[in-house]
Amino acid sequence: MTSVTSPPPPPQPAGSPAPPLPAPRRGTATRRRRTGRGTRPDGRPGVRGRRITSWIFVFPALLLLGALVVYPVVFSIGRSLFDADGDRFVGLGNYTELFADDATLTAIRNSAIWVVVAPAVLTGLGLVLGVLTEKIRWATAFKLVLFLPMAVSFLAAGIIFRLAYEQDPDRGLLNAVATGVHDTFADEAAYPTARAREDAGLTPGPDGSYLSARTAAPGQTLDLGLVGIAPGDLPGEAEPAHGAGSAQAAVDELRGTVWLDFAPGGGGEPGRVDPGESGLPGITVQALAADGETVAATATTAPDGSFALTGLPDGEYTVRLPAGNFAEPYGGVSWLGPAMITPAVIGAYLWIWTGFAVVLIGAGLASLPRDALEAARIDGANEWQIFRRITVPMLAPVLTVVFVTLVINVMKVFDLVYVIAPGPVQEDAAVLATRMWIVSFGGGNDQGMGSALAVLLLLLVIPAMVFNVRRFRRSGS
Amino acid sequence: MSPAARLTGLLTSGAVRIALLLIALVWLTPLAGLLFSSLRTEQDNQASGWWTALTEPRRLSFDNYTALLDNSGITQALGNTVLIAVPATVLVVIIAALAGYAFAWLEFPGRDWIFLLVVALLVVPVQIGLLPVAELFGELGLFGTIPGVVLFHVAYGLPFAVFLLRNYFAEIPREMLEAARLDGGNEWRIFGQLVLPLGRPALASLAIFQFLWVWNDMLVALLFADADSQPLTVALQSEMRQFGSNIGVLAPGAFLSLVIPVIVFFAFQRHFVQGVMAGSVK
Repeated sequence: MTSVTSPPPPPQPAGSPAPPLPAPRRGTATRRRRTGRGTRPDGRPGVRGRRITSWIFVFPALLLLGALVVYPVVFSIGRSLFDADGDRFVGLGNYTELFADDATLTAIRNSAIWVVVAPAVLTGLGLVLGVLTEKIRWATAFKLVLFLPMAVSFLAAGIIFRLAYEQDPDRGLLNAVATGVHDTFADEAAYPTARAREDAGLTPGPDGSYLSARTAAPGQTLDLGLVGIAPGDLPGEAEPAHGAGSAQAAVDELRGTVWLDFAPGGGGEPGRVDPGESGLPGITVQALAADGETVAATATTAPDGSFALTGLPDGEYTVRLPAGNFAEPYGGVSWLGPAMITPAVIGAYLWIWTGFAVVLIGAGLASLPRDALEAARIDGANEWQIFRRITVPMLAPVLTVVFVTLVINVMKVFDLVYVIAPGPVQEDAAVLATRMWIVSFGGGNDQGMGSALAVLLLLLVIPAMVFNVRRFRRSGS
Repeated sequence: MSPAARLTGLLTSGAVRIALLLIALVWLTPLAGLLFSSLRTEQDNQASGWWTALTEPRRLSFDNYTALLDNSGITQALGNTVLIAVPATVLVVIIAALAGYAFAWLEFPGRDWIFLLVVALLVVPVQIGLLPVAELFGELGLFGTIPGVVLFHVAYGLPFAVFLLRNYFAEIPREMLEAARLDGGNEWRIFGQLVLPLGRPALASLAIFQFLWVWNDMLVALLFADADSQPLTVALQSEMRQFGSNIGVLAPGAFLSLVIPVIVFFAFQRHFVQGVMAGSVK
C-alpha cells in the first residue's frame, strides 16, 4: 500500500505503511521560497497582485477555521471560567467542581479505562493478526472483512451490539453462546422451582437452602416434602416414593425420603408420603452437626427419593438440602448492566477498529527487509524468536503510530457509548465526551461546566498536537 | 527439514488458517445479525434470536423495509443525510484544494506559521466547537438548518484536508509548474488544469474519507439539526429509547444507513482504505 500523501511520481516503496501523519519530504515548496522571488520572469503580475491571488486561495479555509474552530477554542476557555448562566466569573471553580462531582469522576475513570485498554488491545491484536495473515494466501480478503466495520456508523454498530448484548439468551447472541458454553461444562440445578411446603418438615435457610424443621439422631428417619415442581419437570428416572423410607436405619445412619408432596389428581395428605407421590432423585442431602456448620455426612437421593446419611457419631443432626439443588439456571452475563457496560462498549469498538490496526501493521510488516528474517531463519531461530527479536523491534515505529492514533481517537469516543448504554446505565458508562454532552445539553444545561469539560478534552490531546507540529517542522524545514 | 518438523509446520499452518477463518466469520456475524433481524417481524424478534431464521428462512420478508420507506420521517432523514454529506464533501475538497495549493506553491506573509496552526488544529476535538458555534449559529439563523450542519462539518474537516492536500501538492515537480507559468498560465489555470488532475488520488481519498465521516456522524447533527433537517443517524437514535419494541424500525434503518458506505467501500477499496488510514488522525 502506498501512502496517499505521496504524489504519483515518485511512488513510495511498495508496502510502506501509510502513516496517519504523513511526514512530508523536504518540501519543494520550501526550496522554491528561497529562490522564487529573484527568478520571477518579466511580464508576470507583481508581488502585490500575486499576494492578492494567494489570499483569495486561502481565504475560504481561513475564514471557516477561524470562525468555527479557533474562535470556539478561545471562547470555550473563557466561557469555562464563568458560571452556568455566564453571568458570574468563577475562575477555576468549574474545574475544581469537575473533580468533586461523582458523575464526572466516573467519566474520567471510564475514559482512563478506555485509553489504557482499547489502544493496547488493538495494537496487540493488529500485530498478532498481521503476522498470522502473512501465512495465508487470502490475506487481502481477510483484511477486507476486518476493515469492513470501518464503513459502518457508530450508530449502526451500536444497534448491532445492543442486539447482540441482549440479556435474554433466547434473543442476545452473546448470552446464547455464554449459556451454551456454561451449560455444557456445569451441571444445571435439578429443581430450580422447588420450594418447601409450610409447616411440613422443612424451613428455608438464609442462603437459598432448606433445613429440616426438627433435628434427628442416628437411627431415625426424616421425610422431607417439597412442592412447586410441575409433574412434567420430574426427571425420567423418578420413581414412586411410597414405601421408600420403610427400611430401618442402622445405629450410625439417618434415613429418609425427599419427595414431591403432591399427588397428581388430588388426594393425599400434606406432610405424608402418600401413594401416587413421586420421589425426587439426585438431590444432595447433608447432615449438619449441632453447631449448624460442620457437614457430618453427605448423600444423594435415589430414584425413589430415599437417602441414607451414614457413619454418623451419636448426636442430634439437622438435615440440609443445599441451595445448589434449587439455584436459578445460569442466565448469561448482564452485558448492559452497570458493571459490564464499559467492557461491552469497548468490545464493540474493537470490532470496528481491529481492521485498521491489522491493515496498518500488515503494511509495516510487508516493508520489513526479507533478508534479515531469512538470515535469522538460516541461523536456526524459531518463529517465536524471530517475532520477539526481529519483527517487533523493527515494527516499533509503526506500532507507535497505531497506538498514538488510537489513543487520540479513543479520547473522543462519544456515539458508541451514547447509543449502546441504555438510559439507566448511561451514567455508569459515561466517558468525558458523553459527560460533556449531558452537562451542556442533556438536562444539565450548565455551559460553564460543559466548556470546562471541552477544554479538559482539548488539554488531553495537546501532547498529540505538539507531537504533530514537531514532527512536521522537523521534516518540513 | 525433518519429516517431523514438516508435519508440525503443516499442522500449525492448518491451525492458523482455521483460526483466521473463524475470526473472519466472527467479524461478519454482527452484520449478518443486523441483516436477519431487519428481515424478521417484530414478534419474531421479540420471541427468539435472529439465528433461528437460519432454519426457517421462509419467515423472512422485506415488510420492515417497505414500512420504513412509507415512513415519511425516515425517508426525509435519509434525504437529509444526502443533502448534508454531499455538499460537506464537495466543499471540503474544493476549499482544501485551493488552500493546499496556496500553502504549497504561493507566497503570502505568515504562510508557514499559518500552516503550522492548521497542523496544530488537526486533533482539536469537535466537542470544543459545540457550545460556541451553537451560539454563533443561533445569531446567524443557521442553528437547526442543513447549511449549519454542513458548515460545521466543513470547518472541522478542513485541518486534515488542507494538511493532506498541501503535502501532496508540494510533491509536484517544480519544473512542471514553472513551465506552466512560463507558458503564461495564471494561477487559476495552473490550479485547474495541472494541480487538480495531478492530485486526483489524494482528492479521491479525501473525498471518500470526508463523505463517510459526515454520512456516519451523529454527534454534530444531534446538536445542530432540528426535526426537519436531522439525518438518518439522529432520526434512528431517537427511536433507541424503546429499543426492544423498535427493532422493526431500528434494524432495517441501521442497515439502510450502512448500505451506501459499504457500497463505497467495495467500489473504492484502495482509496477507501487509504482515506481512512490517512484521516484517522482526526
